[in-house]
Amino acid sequence: MTQSRLLGVGAFLLGVFVLVPAFIHLTGRWDFYYTLTSVALLSVSAAGVWLTFYIGRINIGQGAYALLGGYVSAILMTQGGVNFWLTLPLAGLFCAAVSVLIGVPILRLRGVYFAMVTLVLTEVARLTALALPITNGAKGITSIPLPGELSIFGLTLIPDFATLENPKLAFYLMAAALMVLTYLVLWRIVNSRLGHLCRSLQQNEELSASIGVNTAMLRVLAYAISSFFGGLAGAIFVAISQSIYPSSFVVSDSVNFMLYCFLGGLGYVFGPMLGTLLLYFGWDLLSVAREYQLLIYSGTMIALMLILPNGVLSLFDRKGGSK
Amino acid sequence: MEQILANGLYLGAQYALIALGLTLIFSLMNVLNFAHGQMYVFGGFVTYTVVAQFGLPFIVGLLASAVTLAVMGALIERFLFRPVIRKSKRDESTMLLAAGIAFFLDAVILLLFGEKQRGVPKIVNGVFNWDMRLIMPYDRILIAALAVALIVSFILFMQYSRTGRAMRALAQDRMAAQLMGVDVDRYSMIGFAIGAMLAGLVGGLLVTITGVNLGMGGPTSVKAFLMIMIGGAGVISGAIAGGFILGMMESVGLTVLAAYGDITYLVIFITLMIFLAIRPQGLMGKPWG
Repeated sequence: MTQSRLLGVGAFLLGVFVLVPAFIHLTGRWDFYYTLTSVALLSVSAAGVWLTFYIGRINIGQGAYALLGGYVSAILMTQGGVNFWLTLPLAGLFCAAVSVLIGVPILRLRGVYFAMVTLVLTEVARLTALALPITNGAKGITSIPLPGELSIFGLTLIPDFATLENPKLAFYLMAAALMVLTYLVLWRIVNSRLGHLCRSLQQNEELSASIGVNTAMLRVLAYAISSFFGGLAGAIFVAISQSIYPSSFVVSDSVNFMLYCFLGGLGYVFGPMLGTLLLYFGWDLLSVAREYQLLIYSGTMIALMLILPNGVLSLFDRKGGSK
Repeated sequence: MEQILANGLYLGAQYALIALGLTLIFSLMNVLNFAHGQMYVFGGFVTYTVVAQFGLPFIVGLLASAVTLAVMGALIERFLFRPVIRKSKRDESTMLLAAGIAFFLDAVILLLFGEKQRGVPKIVNGVFNWDMRLIMPYDRILIAALAVALIVSFILFMQYSRTGRAMRALAQDRMAAQLMGVDVDRYSMIGFAIGAMLAGLVGGLLVTITGVNLGMGGPTSVKAFLMIMIGGAGVISGAIAGGFILGMMESVGLTVLAAYGDITYLVIFITLMIFLAIRPQGLMGKPWG
């Protein structure tokens, strides 16, 4: 069992870091790099949404944290001259801190109420970014420098992106590496004591509170981790697009993050990754259908929902039976 | 001041009507209908087609909108929501379905009606002017009155008709209603159809004033969510209260806060989040109490 799992992880890593670049080199579809980089960074964000689903909350507010993280990273880089690699964790931590402040009152809400408040949160983030002077309003922050060099004691770990001949590949590798790390963390969380406690929240909050689980604390913790991922994704986005606007992450993005989780399957750690890949990549491929793109896309989504209401990964349930 | 209040009431009447449909669907099936805004836009386009393209009277267009959307709602419930609700492990799965339907309707609207802003000619001309203190075009007054009439008739329908009583029972306790012999499937379908019909009717009403375009769906849905949150999800009186409160806040905010730039909605949203943190169930609380 563990051997086959190791094999699977190995195959996955090989596919992401070797086969995909090789495939793109062979076919010359350089645009796939951009798409796949987006998939990787969106799935980091979706991982956060999934974690809030895991404690039984519908989170449609991830766009707010992605936007916040993006702005934190952008402002630190342009005004503070901080190295991008340092802003990455800072953006995440800042979002986590903000999410604790917001989460304490709103995590008492449940079901649709929580979902709608988080939906509003996305809109609040956008409007705040429009209104504040530091974010430069609707004009946004542009011409953000490429990620610089990351070195420890003079030893270069990651070279300056500006000196690279192929920054697209570098961005792809960066986003993919972060995605792998994120899902590693997520997997570890789910299969730890914390994960068991979260599952107890998902099933019955009163019951788990009555046997001594600190539900309030746990909810905020899960939400903070989720927002950390959101901020991380926002910071990566800033590095890739070298710009950020109040409309970089809007309500529809927040809704999409949620849809990625649903489509992949809420019961599976790797569900959001698969969901993001299918929906985002599928949308991109469907652009050949021109005006029928949205029709086919949404039609497929509805059909998938009818056939597999518990997510695409539930396909594999019948065979193995184990997660 | 009178002007602000009148504007608020006018906005509120429309908003309340949108929120009613959403809250009806939510209370019956526990489905948050993401496609509500798109249904509203669809209704607007149907009225536009009937009135502006075929040259038929406005009332025919309105009826056409109502019928089209009611049929659409019934079909969506019967063939999409019902099987998914039955098969899915978690209630939330319906949200993906609803969002998928929202995208689908957007696509259909784009293909059928195009992406241009559409409107129909004014149905009544003239402006009501009370001493320059209160100025309101007659067609707005007419639309607001129609909206209020629809709200009242909806409440009466829910209170006194057999169908309405069945739906209220369903909303209170699905299982108990079923045990008392209410045909749950049938009334869910009727409820969804009525909810969609209300969205279509508002679309038909507003196409005469603001017109419709493809991009209106999403923001309308968000606004409708706000209203039912203010009032309490699944409560009819709450939806009406929420609609009027949001309309009033918008009207007052746009006037008072105009000096500080475009922050009306920011203020409304933040107020709402604070309000909900204090009172999570909204104004009216429990379903159909």
